[in-house]
Amino acid sequence: MADLTSDFVGIKSPNPFWLASAPPTDKEYNVRRAFEAGWGGVVWKTLGEAGPPIVNVNGPRYGAIYGADRRLLGLNNIELITDRSLEINIEEITRVKKDYPDHAVVVSLMVPCEEGPWKDILRRLEDTGADGVELNFGCPHGMAERGMGSAVGQVPEYIQMVTEWVKMHSDYPCIVKLTPNITDVRFPARAAQAGGADAVSLINTINSIVSVNLDTLVPEPTIDGHGAHGGYCGPAVKPIALNMVAEIARDVETANLPISGIGGITTWRDAVEFMALGAGNVQVCTAAMTYGFKVVQEMISGLSQYMDEKGIASTAEIVGKAVPKAKNWQDLNLNFVTKAEIDQDLCIKCGRCYASCEDTSHQAIAMSEDRVFTVKDEKCVACNLCVNVCPVEGCISMRELAIGEVDERTGKKVEGYANWTTHPNNPGATCG
Amino acid sequence: MSHTPSAPDIAAGRCTSEEISERFSDLHPPLTNHEALVAADRCYFCFDAPCTVACPTSIDIPLFIRQISAGTAEAAARTIFDQNILGGMCARVCPTETLCEEVCVRETAEGKPVIIGQLQRFATDKLMASGAHPYERAPETGKTVAIVGAGPAGLACAHRLAMHGHSITVYDARPKGGGLNEYGIAAYKAPGDFAQQELAWLMSIGGIVIETGARLGDDLSLDLLHSDHDAVFLGVGLAGVNALALDGTHGGVSDAVDWIETMRQSPDKTDIAVGRNVVVIGGGMTAVDAAIQSKMLGAETVTIAYRRDKDAMSASEYEQELATSKGVHILYNATPESIANGEITFSRTGTDERITLPADQIMRAIGQKLESASPDMAIEGGKIKVDDNGRTSVEGIWAGGDCASGGEDLTVTAVAEGRDAAEDIHANLMKGA
Repeated sequence: MADLTSDFVGIKSPNPFWLASAPPTDKEYNVRRAFEAGWGGVVWKTLGEAGPPIVNVNGPRYGAIYGADRRLLGLNNIELITDRSLEINIEEITRVKKDYPDHAVVVSLMVPCEEGPWKDILRRLEDTGADGVELNFGCPHGMAERGMGSAVGQVPEYIQMVTEWVKMHSDYPCIVKLTPNITDVRFPARAAQAGGADAVSLINTINSIVSVNLDTLVPEPTIDGHGAHGGYCGPAVKPIALNMVAEIARDVETANLPISGIGGITTWRDAVEFMALGAGNVQVCTAAMTYGFKVVQEMISGLSQYMDEKGIASTAEIVGKAVPKAKNWQDLNLNFVTKAEIDQDLCIKCGRCYASCEDTSHQAIAMSEDRVFTVKDEKCVACNLCVNVCPVEGCISMRELAIGEVDERTGKKVEGYANWTTHPNNPGATCG
Repeated sequence: MSHTPSAPDIAAGRCTSEEISERFSDLHPPLTNHEALVAADRCYFCFDAPCTVACPTSIDIPLFIRQISAGTAEAAARTIFDQNILGGMCARVCPTETLCEEVCVRETAEGKPVIIGQLQRFATDKLMASGAHPYERAPETGKTVAIVGAGPAGLACAHRLAMHGHSITVYDARPKGGGLNEYGIAAYKAPGDFAQQELAWLMSIGGIVIETGARLGDDLSLDLLHSDHDAVFLGVGLAGVNALALDGTHGGVSDAVDWIETMRQSPDKTDIAVGRNVVVIGGGMTAVDAAIQSKMLGAETVTIAYRRDKDAMSASEYEQELATSKGVHILYNATPESIANGEITFSRTGTDERITLPADQIMRAIGQKLESASPDMAIEGGKIKVDDNGRTSVEGIWAGGDCASGGEDLTVTAVAEGRDAAEDIHANLMKGA
């Protein structure tokens, strides 16, 4: 069993799997069960300022996208921050942290964009024993319309300002949670860093309408004949989150800014991908909400097996390993040539590669009378679509042409590395 | 071994009506909505799909399965009925394991095909349950067509011609329409009077009249039909039974098709007599159906005796396994030689070895043959000779189904032949119109 202990901006936890700020971490009962199930830490569901608590809708607050066999792929919610009083939450945080000193308890916060309320709530946390705070600049619905959540996260100046207040009025490690509902995630990340943030966490949910009921023609989830946009999460958002994490990890300005990776993490594999692209730890919500807290056991055993197999001693060794390999398009080798190859022993003759290539791509697959499918090298541009639509894993693969080999499509010999920046067709090419 | 001459032990009421009704319920219970979605999701939507090629009626199977996936079983049913108006019955009785499901790429890959037959039933049941008939007739053409035989071929032909606006009269010798769907196939494959429900649903397009109790040759003259109508289609099936000469006498020998016909028409089947020890001679679906249903009615031992080996048997491997799973014993390479009271003796085919089985009831299921055809009509391989369009050698007379040459003797093949003949008849009738 590999050593899974994690140290994220000084916050220690038995493993890098935290529950994200969300319904699973809304109260003591859940968090105790989560720690017993094996979660390394929690970000307590967002607290608002003292006074009358937030109210939620009393109809459905979730909607979903499904795959085969009703497997939940994407979840949308219109729930707000905690609807329980600040006092009760603080009591519970204090009790839980006392009983679980080795587990991470970070508290998510969202109060109006003024110094007073931030100073006040930080003071109230002083005796809880919490390990850090996470600033919720991400929620895209309900609170944003009141000038909080993603309304702050969409304005880098506000991010910096609030982060500065938090660092000024507390000693807590400060994690700034970013919204994906912006055009370039590097700007809010830079602002958080400029404000003194110890880390960023991302992504929060994506603005979404999950479905429209075709009988009533009302968006879902439906509240009394109407629907509102919500926040989208779950396996479906993972590619978007991975890219945003990598964008920040690759940015020279924020290359050393720790990242807590969030977005559709469902198995240990997803977690390792986030960590390889720069996340120091990961936060999970939808997988737990879909299957219960026990999923963490598979994440722990999977990560452990992977680290043992790869000879990795600590989780920190994984962090950022793939970052140098994540490039911009113009840096890719245009002289790298591959051709699709179909393994006839594995082929089940469904013809999906043929249909997709013939109808929508490059007419590079031939079909014989007896349903044998072969690649026409003179047509194949190696787009990979056939690999992606083939239902049999490993049946179609890409063969790399060696330097000097002739590409039958172009009739030219494969040459060494050259990218767009030096390509003759590029009017801005630097050299020739 | 001495024998006391006595009547063979063939009796009704070996089981209670509750036992019988449970055993004769659906072989495959209908799929629930969720089961159908999960099953449909396994379809790869193959290009130029092998299942469609294997279907005698060329149903666009990937399309109808995708329509189920997308929550439109009714549209899926329409895709099926466009090609096969008896798609409901075919979903129940087709030997899918030797047709669409045999060539399903997931059968090739995993040995587990998409359950096409059950999905077809899901879709067709849903549309038929709505009570609506999805097709409308074209305006009346004033042409009339006589169809002899209200089985799958005749009904498919009638429906397609009615759709084109022709007026159809279907004649059938038996008291009810449906042909082998009503009188032949195993009861547990189409329980709940499905054959009659489907017939009524098919007829609801209008323009079709059925005259029952009209047997060709008795009170029905082909010459008259020919002269009174613009076209004639023969879908008379194979009403004769192949003879089997055996030495000796036995009080309990019958034809399996007759026994099945009587059994099918009995509402609760408690009145159907079955032997204590039953031997069915033959190797086709009729033999399997008779054997399984004998067992279901309480026979103690049931043996299918077939003169050749397992691979040569025309009942599919699935059907053979179904039989053995119900407790039927299959004796391969057994040629019947002689019968005596209470027993039958076989030779091990091609050898001198003899096998004697106790047999209170012996059923012949060694195939049917064409019983009546016009003397002017060309015959090929014991069947009415037809061309690719179902035309017989007599102008103005078409034929299809089991009575006609070409194709396997399957419900689905009969539907395809009836449908295609209808299109040719229609083209012929409208020539110059």
